Amino acid sequence: MKLKLISAAVAAIVAAAPAMADLTFSALSYRTGPYAANGIPFADGYQDYFTLLNERDGGIGGEKINLVECETGYNTEKGVECYESTKGSGALVYQPLSTGITYQLIPKATADGIPVHSMGYGRTSAKNGAVFNNIFNYPANYWDGASVAIKHLLDLNGGDLKGKKIALVYHNSAYGKEPIRTLEELSKKHGYTLTQLAVDHPGQEQKSQWLQIRRERPDYVIMWGWGVMNQVAIQEAVNIRYPMENFIGIWWSGSENDVLPAGEGANGYKALTFHNVGSDYPLYDDIKKYVVDAGKAAGAGDQLGTVLYNRGLYAAMLAAEAAKTAQAMHGTATITPQQMRDGMENLEMTEDKMTALGLPNFGPSFKVSCANHGGDGFGAVTQWDAKAGKWNMITEYMQSDQEVLNPLIAGDSEAYAKENGITPGCN
Amino acid sequence: MFYREAGDFKTSYVDDNQTFPIKFDRYRYYFVLLFAFLVVPFVINDYWVNAVFMPFLIYSIAAIGLNILVGYCGQVSLGTGGFMAVGAYACYKLMTAFPEVNIFFHVLLAGGVTAVVGVLFGLPSLRIKGFYLAVATLAAQFFLVWLFNKVPWFYNYSASGQISSPERTVFGYAVTGPHTSAWATYLFCLVFVVLCAVIARNLTRGTVGRKWMAIRDMDIAAEIIGVDPLRSKLSAFAVSSFFIGISGALFFSVYLGAVEVGEAFGINKSFLVLFMIIIGGLGSIFGSFAGAAFLVLLPVLLKNVLVSGLGWPTDLAAHLEFMIVGGLIITFLIAEPHGLAQLWRVAKEKLRLWPFPH
Repeated sequence: MKLKLISAAVAAIVAAAPAMADLTFSALSYRTGPYAANGIPFADGYQDYFTLLNERDGGIGGEKINLVECETGYNTEKGVECYESTKGSGALVYQPLSTGITYQLIPKATADGIPVHSMGYGRTSAKNGAVFNNIFNYPANYWDGASVAIKHLLDLNGGDLKGKKIALVYHNSAYGKEPIRTLEELSKKHGYTLTQLAVDHPGQEQKSQWLQIRRERPDYVIMWGWGVMNQVAIQEAVNIRYPMENFIGIWWSGSENDVLPAGEGANGYKALTFHNVGSDYPLYDDIKKYVVDAGKAAGAGDQLGTVLYNRGLYAAMLAAEAAKTAQAMHGTATITPQQMRDGMENLEMTEDKMTALGLPNFGPSFKVSCANHGGDGFGAVTQWDAKAGKWNMITEYMQSDQEVLNPLIAGDSEAYAKENGITPGCN
Repeated sequence: MFYREAGDFKTSYVDDNQTFPIKFDRYRYYFVLLFAFLVVPFVINDYWVNAVFMPFLIYSIAAIGLNILVGYCGQVSLGTGGFMAVGAYACYKLMTAFPEVNIFFHVLLAGGVTAVVGVLFGLPSLRIKGFYLAVATLAAQFFLVWLFNKVPWFYNYSASGQISSPERTVFGYAVTGPHTSAWATYLFCLVFVVLCAVIARNLTRGTVGRKWMAIRDMDIAAEIIGVDPLRSKLSAFAVSSFFIGISGALFFSVYLGAVEVGEAFGINKSFLVLFMIIIGGLGSIFGSFAGAAFLVLLPVLLKNVLVSGLGWPTDLAAHLEFMIVGGLIITFLIAEPHGLAQLWRVAKEKLRLWPFPH
């Protein structure tokens, strides 16, 4: 009987197999569930950039782009289903926008020879390309983020954090736990004390954590949050009158959708970023002309210029540039996932290139190599101006503390290589 | 016409007591088994096994386990997710501590560990019943998830708090880790499903199952006729947790490969498995399969039809999916409160009489 039920389902699924196209990109997005507020702008930006390339340039290198979207709901089981269903259509690269799903995909995608780009999330030690051949996390990773946040605090305190109390409010998952080791190492170096406050999925219940913050009055609060957790945390911080300029979020906790619900109170909240903010770029003229005015904008089309929309654009742009690099390297327009991987490993982003692409002064210059899949770890701090309703960049780009991070990355990736029987090497 | 007892003579007690006394039923069962073991492995691919078969098989084991506790013994449990987590973490610790032992035994041992934990959390059932017991098992759910998050020993001190399964083989073929082939993982899970289903079916037909059902129907009456509530209730918790532990171990090691306890084994998992047995039919092994199929396959099917077939936006499809599945659950429960298993029973009765119902 069980098979009867299944075979009834067979016909519909087989009939619904996706069409093959020249260059297939997958978008494992989430527009539903507790993380949708952050998932939607990113997915819109990612999709709009590829639509722009199709409309303006006729694709990449003359090949049209077929973007297959799959809804994961930030859920690993659905993520696996999405991966398996889009894998068959020849997806060139995966960007799941979920650390949990990235962890899931690291062994699977490596075995299947498909690259994964976890831009600013995922497993930090994937920076070591000798162990993680198919996994990329340029231009910055979580440990960079933790280090940049501490650097910013050092700058504010004249280079001395001795005796300061820092609280980390984190999503109780692989994602939220990523910075702990770095922050602990840095606390040894700089002499602050670290309090860890875990918030369970989905993060709507944070009263006790903020009560503890109210009682202990840490000098600074750093947050690793995502989805509805961000909004709740910022609202709670406002409720206990925590000074917002001492509250710093990682780049995933710093979008308009996170601060707007708290209104005026959120003024002064800080968040990290690894790219610039706003919509004052030539690229936006093209997006308006070819995508928005043509009625082809993804979703509701109301996210243009927001932080996460920009990040989606940036992610798509890096994927497209890697595809171009791969096309040039292999002399063919229709690249395979394996060739795409080579393109990503040899990707070089320069300021000239970014200007030509219509995003001058937007992201860092970096060069990917086999030894370094993670970029150079530059980050900056942005601050929310509630009156003007926009994020302002308040610092220059700062490089993370490489002398602390590099041994950590080497150690973690070696442990992974040993556990999984990988011989590290660049070919 | 298809479903006849006439002419199907039993000449021994063994024949009379077999699981499928009707010939048509028996042949259908053999056919399904043969098909599952001899045909499916040859045609299955990565998508089918990872999106359809594996979740279906693994949730079936969990549903059978919970059905023994809730459906047969009448002890409501909301701790399924927590017990699956015990299975998963036990399997992980065993896999990493004794890499030379075959994964098959690790999965069985993980079930055993879960059975012990299940009995511990089943102790309150001797004093409290119904909703109060549900709350006590809910405590198990939250406590176990908290424990696996809190104590780094359980995840071997990994930085992310995730556990990931290393590669393990059975007869030289990889069944865990990234380099598996679809048929191997499928068969590995299928063997466990068949084993569990046969054991569960025979347990529930025998003395043990009758004791459980007596407790379920009226515990005081059962005690008066000589059923020991302590042993019956705790054996139900042990057997149920054993199956749930196996499903948790397979869920982690074979299906997902890497899990995070809060996300994979949260309270949602407990509700999902509970809904499976309510929709499938309480107190029915077939109902466990039907419920698991309904809740695993329907969302995948809907997604494929709406997004890939009709080309609708993914968010619209995801929302519609909730509405359709929810609507169907309500419709089913109104039309047939005893679940899909009862529908199947009614259909069999009709078939027996067809084409002359009077």
